[in-house]
Amino acid sequence: MTPKVVLVTGVSRFLGGHLAARFAANPDIERVLGVDTEPPPRDLLRRMGRAEFVRADIRNPLISKVISTANVDTVVHASVTASPAGPTGRTVMKEMNVIGTMQLLAACQKSPKVQKLVVKSTSAVYGSSSRDPAVFTEDMGPKDLPSSGYAKDAVEVEGYVRGFGRRRPDVNVTTLRFTNFIGPRIDTVLTRYFALPVVPTVLGYDARVQLLHSEDALAVLERATLHNLPGVYNVGGDGVLLLSQAIRRAGRLNLPVPSAAVPTVGGFFRSARLVDFSPDQMRFLNWGRVVDTTLLRKEFGFTPRWTTQQAFDDYVNGRGLKPLIDPETVGAAERTILEAAARFR
Amino acid sequence: MAGARVIPLHDPERDAARRSRHVEVVPEPEQQQSATPDWERRLTDLLAFARRRIAGDYRIDEFGFDRDLTENVLMPPLKPLYEKWFRVETIGLNNIPLAGGALIVANHSGTVPLDALMTAYGIASEHPAHRPLRGLGADLVFRTPLLGALARKGGQTLACNADAERLLSSGELVGVWPEGFKGIGKPFKDRYKLQRFGRGGFVSAALKTGVPIIPVSIVGAEEIYPMIGDIKALARLLGFPYFPVTPFFPLLGPLGAIPLPSKWYIEFGEPIRTDVFGENAADDPMLVFNLTDQVRETIQQTLYRLLTQRRNVFLG
Repeated sequence: MTPKVVLVTGVSRFLGGHLAARFAANPDIERVLGVDTEPPPRDLLRRMGRAEFVRADIRNPLISKVISTANVDTVVHASVTASPAGPTGRTVMKEMNVIGTMQLLAACQKSPKVQKLVVKSTSAVYGSSSRDPAVFTEDMGPKDLPSSGYAKDAVEVEGYVRGFGRRRPDVNVTTLRFTNFIGPRIDTVLTRYFALPVVPTVLGYDARVQLLHSEDALAVLERATLHNLPGVYNVGGDGVLLLSQAIRRAGRLNLPVPSAAVPTVGGFFRSARLVDFSPDQMRFLNWGRVVDTTLLRKEFGFTPRWTTQQAFDDYVNGRGLKPLIDPETVGAAERTILEAAARFR
Repeated sequence: MAGARVIPLHDPERDAARRSRHVEVVPEPEQQQSATPDWERRLTDLLAFARRRIAGDYRIDEFGFDRDLTENVLMPPLKPLYEKWFRVETIGLNNIPLAGGALIVANHSGTVPLDALMTAYGIASEHPAHRPLRGLGADLVFRTPLLGALARKGGQTLACNADAERLLSSGELVGVWPEGFKGIGKPFKDRYKLQRFGRGGFVSAALKTGVPIIPVSIVGAEEIYPMIGDIKALARLLGFPYFPVTPFFPLLGPLGAIPLPSKWYIEFGEPIRTDVFGENAADDPMLVFNLTDQVRETIQQTLYRLLTQRRNVFLG
């Protein structure tokens, strides 16, 4: 079933905006509505073509009017976000994530035309701790419920989505638990983190990181919208990088910080407006997180085009990150030493 | 020669000439091999390894196992300990399959889990397939900074059913020490008395995946740090499960941390099949208990047998 009228939330950000652009390019879809509190950047707006932008706050009951008057049949909720808009943006972010979702779901419940709901969630709902199994499947829960930040928002959002699914069993609800996004174009906490010349890590820990190329993320969201694939799915690229390995692949220097000094260093980077890590993301840097994507392949029918490593390399090349130690130099040094050794033979 | 004529791929005369020349040349490559000394090949390997590490050009699996690092950095230091210090003798290595999932269940002792390291080293170096042993470790290991990260890179993961089943069903060789801290931190007077075997979680993991269980008995590890006391208050303060007192530790300080050079035997027993019990065998608690007891008894009896054969703790 191809949807007729699609409403996408969070269109002024990368995923929502590019998703709206993809729907606008699809002639089978009659109307594409993009909602956000602020207008998309100009280049994104140009890409979105015939998609209509509605400047509305999903925390406001106005959204209900938009959904019912435009006869929206498919809602893509892509605005749940991990990146706060500035040092004081955490409370606003939480309100947008949780209260916004509640309002949106209330509006969807009211409108009998809504047939499908696609929610962009995150694998952060599994938490991150030393007592977790190495790989999460969809039926697992967190050992320690995330107590704050984005992860807690996402857990609450999923809770409301489940409640909505119970009250409106006729609506196909797809919840997508994404791993961290990476790619040459997307801007996330992680892409800024790896772009630092000296990358601080927590001493004595090496997180396992699973990434998803932003293009794959778009393709998954698009597929979930165009087909009926209800359920909860983990979405992540194949394979795993260790944090230290990723830093080396990016050609950065690793700066291990003792756990006790982490809040200070984190505060410095936040106030310098370089990278803003919330406590739950800090925990992610300790333990990392890997999800099982068997359901995505077998039932959802999607195999990511980029593996974690390929996606990361694409990000490194696309951003033009120059390694601090040139691989050529390393290769040359290796040859020099071997030649010198050959002389001693 | 008749064969050469039937399939005339090579000119027989030239072949013969080459062979005779080859015979003449034989001493030369040997000379060259001694001239391309071992150290240079090792240097080449070392440099290639360093280049891979600098560029991040290696693969880890979803559990964090870094094979490149394990084989080149983590395993080599165990060699002198295994060969010279404990003079480990393995028995029945052929009971470990060449490929496919299998669960190794061993007794645990020695205050410091050197027995797990020696078992892993023994299999990696002496088993014909040189399989890595994927150990299941306690929560404490992974909570500890440095140690936890290192354990994951060495192929260990958290002892939980999800991880065990995932490893076993992907055809890995998994090691468990079901006694846990009860076994490793038991007083010296209880040596070679198996402690309780947990709740049999390892048996249900093996049943669910249908892999064989290989009981392993380790003799010698009990004597490396004879634990004659346990300072409970200090253990609680530091968050350890026990704080060991041996005849030399903490009396002699760091010197007391040198393990006693006991002679070790590691016997790999006959595999116990678990794929003969049908579909929902793991849901039958009685079967799980019985299998757990069977594994435990096998290890205990083998320990007793090995101990009666041993004449001296240090000389074997």
